[in-house]
Amino acid sequence: MTLPPGRARPEPTPETKHFWDGTRAGEIRLQRCTDCAKPYFPPRPFCPTCGSRKVEVFVASGRARLYSYVIHHRPVPGFTPPYAIAVVELEEGPRMMTNIVDCPQTPEALVLDMPLEAVFVPMDDTITLPLFRPAKDAASR
Amino acid sequence: MIPPGSIAIVGAAETTELGVIPHLSEIGLHADAALNAMAETGLKPKDIDGLACVGPMRPQMLAHYLGLTPKWVDGTGVGGCSFMLHVRHAAAAIHAGYCSTVLITHGESGRSRVAAMPRLVEPGSLAGQFEMPFGPMGPPTLFPIPVLRYMKTYGVTHEQLAMVAVIQREWAAKNPRAMFRDPITVEDVLNSRMIAYPFRLLQCCLVTDGGGALILTSADRAKDFPTRPVYILGSGESVETPMVSQMQDFTSSRAFRVAGPEAFRMAGITHKDVDHLMIYDAFAHLPLYGLEDLGFVPRGEAARFIWDRNTAPGGKLPVNTNGGGLSYTHTGMYGMFALQESVRQVRGTAPAQVPNVRISVCHGVGGMFGASGTIVLGRERP
Repeated sequence: MTLPPGRARPEPTPETKHFWDGTRAGEIRLQRCTDCAKPYFPPRPFCPTCGSRKVEVFVASGRARLYSYVIHHRPVPGFTPPYAIAVVELEEGPRMMTNIVDCPQTPEALVLDMPLEAVFVPMDDTITLPLFRPAKDAASR
Repeated sequence: MIPPGSIAIVGAAETTELGVIPHLSEIGLHADAALNAMAETGLKPKDIDGLACVGPMRPQMLAHYLGLTPKWVDGTGVGGCSFMLHVRHAAAAIHAGYCSTVLITHGESGRSRVAAMPRLVEPGSLAGQFEMPFGPMGPPTLFPIPVLRYMKTYGVTHEQLAMVAVIQREWAAKNPRAMFRDPITVEDVLNSRMIAYPFRLLQCCLVTDGGGALILTSADRAKDFPTRPVYILGSGESVETPMVSQMQDFTSSRAFRVAGPEAFRMAGITHKDVDHLMIYDAFAHLPLYGLEDLGFVPRGEAARFIWDRNTAPGGKLPVNTNGGGLSYTHTGMYGMFALQESVRQVRGTAPAQVPNVRISVCHGVGGMFGASGTIVLGRERP
């Protein structure tokens, strides 16, 4: 799967580079505090709960549930309306904005709390976006 | 703490025109509103020694344009509720003796975009990296993101969310300056063009040109002005996150829950003391969050409260009596217009005047639940 051109391109910073390196490698790399153990997102080199700088990067499972969304009906560069702008809740707790792929962009198909799994779709040579699709092994979970 | 009622709003005016104003640039809208407020109070530029406006319109731009020499400025910019924060900060500054007479202005060429300030998200910011690539295009695609979660949590229906727009149009029908005044039904709302499911056109705010200005001074000086003083009884402010996807709770705003109760505490009032309420309504769900997070109704009960006409004309808690951002006007940063309506209601000069408003609460939101400010205004000095 490739993305049509036109999307706003994220610009990694030194503090977020590990995340974008991760998506290019097919992983969602979250961070957690080694003092209070709480995972968090978006990336930053300290814990937003307790302020500790003792944090580590870990690989998330890629499993998530659909938390909320809108279905946008107007044209935006890089998108074919209607398309959903979604927020998913990762199995590890943090939430992130994304798009849902391999799924009709309708309220009937996009059911809150449906299980999802991450897919990694290149935008160009350096940026790969983490998108989500309905979980293939949903029945076994 | 500032004793409730020690600072007053003595000047309050909107731009001469409202809606579509292609013959004024953004700074011209600021100036038009400021001159109207100054005319009402009889003040000249030399009498203003404090100035607040919301960036990217920096105070020095406006001070130069209006010919002011301020010794106190505030450029706090947290989105559409910045003016509530300006009022709160100005009250503190006057109380502290930093200045005596503060002008707060808003002007936005939201529709005509004449010399309008750019609206960009830096691609290296967290929002630029972790929201913008997924296709949001302005507030209609971001502000409603939590709505489906709210609806599922509390069993709220599309019809109930449509009723918010219907009732606000009832208020707008009484207001000659409102942009949309024709009555609408729940069916009209649910048949209007889909913008970003679950919201349709009539559940999204207008996009207009306009502005407003406020002038504040100490209550002791306020009696020397030709206008009826509107006393500031309490205020609150907070921020949460610039990313709607990172709100702690999709069914409630943390910033609301900080700002609202602080304003009530400062004012020493309870909910039953409130005669009139403004809740910044960029989209139809905001009055629901506001009613609940400010504690007027228990969590999950605001949709029924509105459906049962409690906030409608004749209801026990009139809300958004100018027609709101959904029907009155919405330049982009609507908070100034909510404050103007609260002042009018307390003065007794509103087009859809609620009888005997002694206390009005004005609650604002900024930047997709990113920020909040609450002001409690009173007719009498306690």
